[in-house]
Amino acid sequence: MKRTLLVSAVAIAGLAGMATAATLDDVRAKGFVQCGVSTGLVGFAAPDADGNWDGFDVAFCRAMAAAVLGDPSAVKFTPTTGKTRFTALASGEVDLLARNTTWTFSRDTDLKQTFVGVNYYDGQGFMTHASLGVSSAHELDGATICIQTGTTTELNLADFFRANSMSYEPVPIETNAEARQQYLSEACDVYTTDRSGLAATRASLENPDDHVVLPEIISKEPLGPLVRHGDDQWADIGRWVLNALITAEEKGITAANVVEMAAGTNDPEVNRLLGSEGDLGSMIGLNSDWAVHVISAGGNYGEIFERNIGSDTPIGLERGVNALWTDGGLIYSPPFR
Amino acid sequence: MAHSAFVRDGLIAPKPPPMTEVGAIGWMRANLFSGWLNSILTLASVAGTVFVFYELLPWMFQSSWTANSVAECRAAIAGAHGDGVNGACWAVIRERYLQLLYGFYPANMYWRPNLTFVLMLVALSPILFPNLPRKMLWFSAVYPFLGYFLLWGGTIWLPISILLGFVVGYFLIALNSARMGLLFGVISGAAGTVIYWIYIASWFAQVAHDLIPIGLTEVESARFGGFMLSTIIGVTGISCSLPIGIMLALGRKSDLLIVKSICVGFIEFIRGVPLITLLFVASTLLNIFLPPGTNFDLILRVVIMVTLFASAYLAEVVRGGLAALPTGQFEAADSLGLDYWKSMRLIVLPQALKISIPGIVSTFIGLYKDTTLVSIIGLLDPVGLTTSIRADSAWNGIVWELYAFVAAVFFVFCFSMSRYSMHLERRLQTDHN
Repeated sequence: MKRTLLVSAVAIAGLAGMATAATLDDVRAKGFVQCGVSTGLVGFAAPDADGNWDGFDVAFCRAMAAAVLGDPSAVKFTPTTGKTRFTALASGEVDLLARNTTWTFSRDTDLKQTFVGVNYYDGQGFMTHASLGVSSAHELDGATICIQTGTTTELNLADFFRANSMSYEPVPIETNAEARQQYLSEACDVYTTDRSGLAATRASLENPDDHVVLPEIISKEPLGPLVRHGDDQWADIGRWVLNALITAEEKGITAANVVEMAAGTNDPEVNRLLGSEGDLGSMIGLNSDWAVHVISAGGNYGEIFERNIGSDTPIGLERGVNALWTDGGLIYSPPFR
Repeated sequence: MAHSAFVRDGLIAPKPPPMTEVGAIGWMRANLFSGWLNSILTLASVAGTVFVFYELLPWMFQSSWTANSVAECRAAIAGAHGDGVNGACWAVIRERYLQLLYGFYPANMYWRPNLTFVLMLVALSPILFPNLPRKMLWFSAVYPFLGYFLLWGGTIWLPISILLGFVVGYFLIALNSARMGLLFGVISGAAGTVIYWIYIASWFAQVAHDLIPIGLTEVESARFGGFMLSTIIGVTGISCSLPIGIMLALGRKSDLLIVKSICVGFIEFIRGVPLITLLFVASTLLNIFLPPGTNFDLILRVVIMVTLFASAYLAEVVRGGLAALPTGQFEAADSLGLDYWKSMRLIVLPQALKISIPGIVSTFIGLYKDTTLVSIIGLLDPVGLTTSIRADSAWNGIVWELYAFVAAVFFVFCFSMSRYSMHLERRLQTDHN
């Protein structure tokens, strides 16, 4: 009985927390977007020497601030860990979470979050020493594998090896830094985590060519920004800011030419997006030139990708499945109409 | 008679002791090679030390201070010391040491934490060293408010207005205890202070600020990090937990049932849960329970939890000191006709605290190092910052250099605490051995 009471007290308190006024009004009133990011993940979120945050996820926070307040620097970042991120969002400490979080059923429904889309399609992969001469994950029978405990990667790994009736010996590790040391000292033959993480780790090794990332991807990890359940307008803004970034790449709108194109083009969808035709902005509660601010903040989806994690950066990720649908990838935006 | 017994008529000058018993050789025989087991241990330790330095020194000194990324570091070290040399990339410390010290505090305002730190030493000195003038204690009393104002900025009237709460309380106690007795006086003073803080303090600060606006640029808590954050949490926790801990220890030994049960319950509850649980409560649960829109600073929440945690442990350390004191001391105090507080203040506590010094300082050192746990709830203390710095693709892969720096700074702080405690023990040594 006492337990039920406590649980319902927590639930009521939680509801009270969620039933706050519209996030959009709150954000306008305080003049900045409070954005939950990672405490540090190569390419996705990291502070530089002056304390300015930068990265692929950070760029989305800045785009949101640009859309709502017209100023990409009107963001305050709250570093969150894997354990504190959802509570920080649910309790209203942050307005949105852009912290390479995998979109799963239970997080969407049970934890009462709303994922606004997918900004990076990741998947679990394997990295191994080139000297072992392994070219496929199906040759890993009997390998020792470094694996982060308590994550979905651990379960995916078990599933993959069972499905292929192979055996492996797990070496449990806590953090990426620890995994790196274990892997380098050859305490494990293979390191497995998300492929973006593998690429970043491989790039930081002394001789990246001595290590290969195997071609198999054994899980789906769609990473995306998320907001609280129950504020549809705010979720819509998040969703369409992301779609604006994607559509901008599709239509060739860049940070450099967005102002010029906002004056009017021959493409009606571009005109609707940038506000020179129609009135999409007011339907979502924003100014008509919201998308112009979004794109001038850090460029379109492709520009953000290339600058933070693309093939010219030390991390060197290929677009792969994260290419536009027109290039055979999965990145796709509904039309602006 | 020519033949007579030999009679010595003087002392023979003493011979110098054998070579093997004096000087360096004698010392080594006595201390290092006094038996086969000790000889083996000595040789093994020497071999171990030499090995560590042989491995460590080249790494430390065949290093790069000037590079701008890990790759440049490796190239610079290979260029200067030959291929395959494994050297430290101290360049990351050169680029980020300010961040590790101050977090994201605005660079043009570094003088504020610096000044706060220097003033902290000034405020602590009359407490730590009794031969300084006692008047300096007034500064120590005002310091917490001054430190808050310097670090967080904002209007100067808020700390002043909160400080005024104590003045209000003092006058209420003085006024009411003269008329209606001490107990009522104290109660009315405490109630008056709390009411003043809740309802009047912020209004007063606002009005005063409108009249005479004095203040510093506000710096939000999110910009606090690095050793500054550790020191704020550690020092506040240490200085608040000592009085609370002593009170809890006295409460636990008290004859008053309610006081005793509250103290025992508090101590056992806090000691029964890990610090990390309390930190999670501070960072996540409190958020859900507090009414929406409450902006209860995360650093403040963490400081409160850390203080409560340390108080419970200190209470037990002090209780150990109280228990070690012979009953005769308590009885002597009673027989002198001293009341409870006087006997505690003049006779019992000075002795009990002296006994507890090593335990108290251990708790303090532990508390200071425990502040690194806040990295788990997303605060960027030095350990949390190492992760963030590694997340910069220029420095991804640097581990030992960052940890070495953090460890070195922690060592300086903790070692000075430990030295001070030894100094204190020597100074308070009153037994005759």
